[in-house]
Amino acid sequence: MPKVSMTVNGKPASGEIEGRTLLVEFLRETLGLTGTHVGCDTSQCGTCVVHVNGRDVKACTMFAAEAEGADVKTIEGMAASDGALHPVQKAFQDHHGLQCGFCTPGMVMTAAALLESNPSPSESEVREYLEGNICRCTGYHNIVKAIMAASGQDVSRVAAE
Amino acid sequence: MYAFDIERPATIADAIKALSAEEALALAGGQTLIPTLKQRLAAPSRLVSLSAISEMQGVCRADDGSLCIGAGTTHAEVAGGAGAYPALAALAANIGDPAVRNRGTIGGSLANNDPSACYPAAVLGSGALIITSTREIAAEDFFDGMFATALEEGELITEIRFPVPEMAAYMKFEQPASRFALVGAFVAKYADGVRVAITGASEEGVFRWSGAEDALGADFSAAALDGLSLEGAGMITDLHGSGDYRAHLAAVMTKRAVAAAG
Repeated sequence: MPKVSMTVNGKPASGEIEGRTLLVEFLRETLGLTGTHVGCDTSQCGTCVVHVNGRDVKACTMFAAEAEGADVKTIEGMAASDGALHPVQKAFQDHHGLQCGFCTPGMVMTAAALLESNPSPSESEVREYLEGNICRCTGYHNIVKAIMAASGQDVSRVAAE
Repeated sequence: MYAFDIERPATIADAIKALSAEEALALAGGQTLIPTLKQRLAAPSRLVSLSAISEMQGVCRADDGSLCIGAGTTHAEVAGGAGAYPALAALAANIGDPAVRNRGTIGGSLANNDPSACYPAAVLGSGALIITSTREIAAEDFFDGMFATALEEGELITEIRFPVPEMAAYMKFEQPASRFALVGAFVAKYADGVRVAITGASEEGVFRWSGAEDALGADFSAAALDGLSLEGAGMITDLHGSGDYRAHLAAVMTKRAVAAAG
């Protein structure tokens, strides 16, 4: 079987794959990084979002072989080595940005990508950027609030319904 | 998915060579092909990934002023890099969702020619030139009905060249679940005339609405389209809307595009 090598969360990672092995399968099954979830497996729900070379992508709709040599970041790589949460993770905790938690890894990775390119997004920009991430608990208000808080904005007036 | 081998050539020449193998299929961004493979609707024995071919990526300006876009350029890169053609950049910025835009490519979208995709409207509406590994194809000659194009077996789109119009806009009535166009209208005004391309509506895929082009050529205003309509016959009818509804939407979206362009 062919081999693939990449950097995952700052560390070298490699393994044998099939041509059809999806990036999310490689992360979850070969590397044991099960924080990246598979919800719909049809690129609709976004719970499998990871960063590849700094770009947010759906890991269920990319082959592992295509990540050869890439720099991949998953939810496991967001917190600092001393356990301190990433600002987006911390804001999700502070603002109750999760209910069942299944969509959370994808939400956090998508939000972090948004804040990279747009450090101070408006509420509508946040909602628009989350177009490809579905929260089946429908907990969007607090997710949006958390992301705006993570960007350093005052969210005391953002509705939490 | 059925099993297949995957190759990742770094040059167009190597990709062409790899594609000459039996049952080989090009893999662009994969945002349509991978779901298709998962459903076992395609069964190639070999996939040739185009994502490592840097000579097929990027946006530049040609000497004649037209905008050249490498076929492997992602929607996100077009959205960020096609500032010289704002209507095209805006169209790219509204395809799918952010993660899809970071993988999906313009060449992949055109080769697939989904009848509801956005890019075919921009290409036909701009009279763009499709440059392939073997020839140049005018937009008029490229689209060949639903999911069909003039591309031959093993032929690869390498670049798309857009003449930049005086003004243009794309308006899409979004199908909210798929984010494809239920109907989309691309309107572009050039020195030598107006072009109107409609996607999402016809069973034949993207098409030019010549009646609207004539009317807008004489008077580039939404009011110039009053009284003009398309036939519902031959339009897509599905659970999202009837052919008559799509024909009506096409006229509405064209008017909105004219208003937005002006």
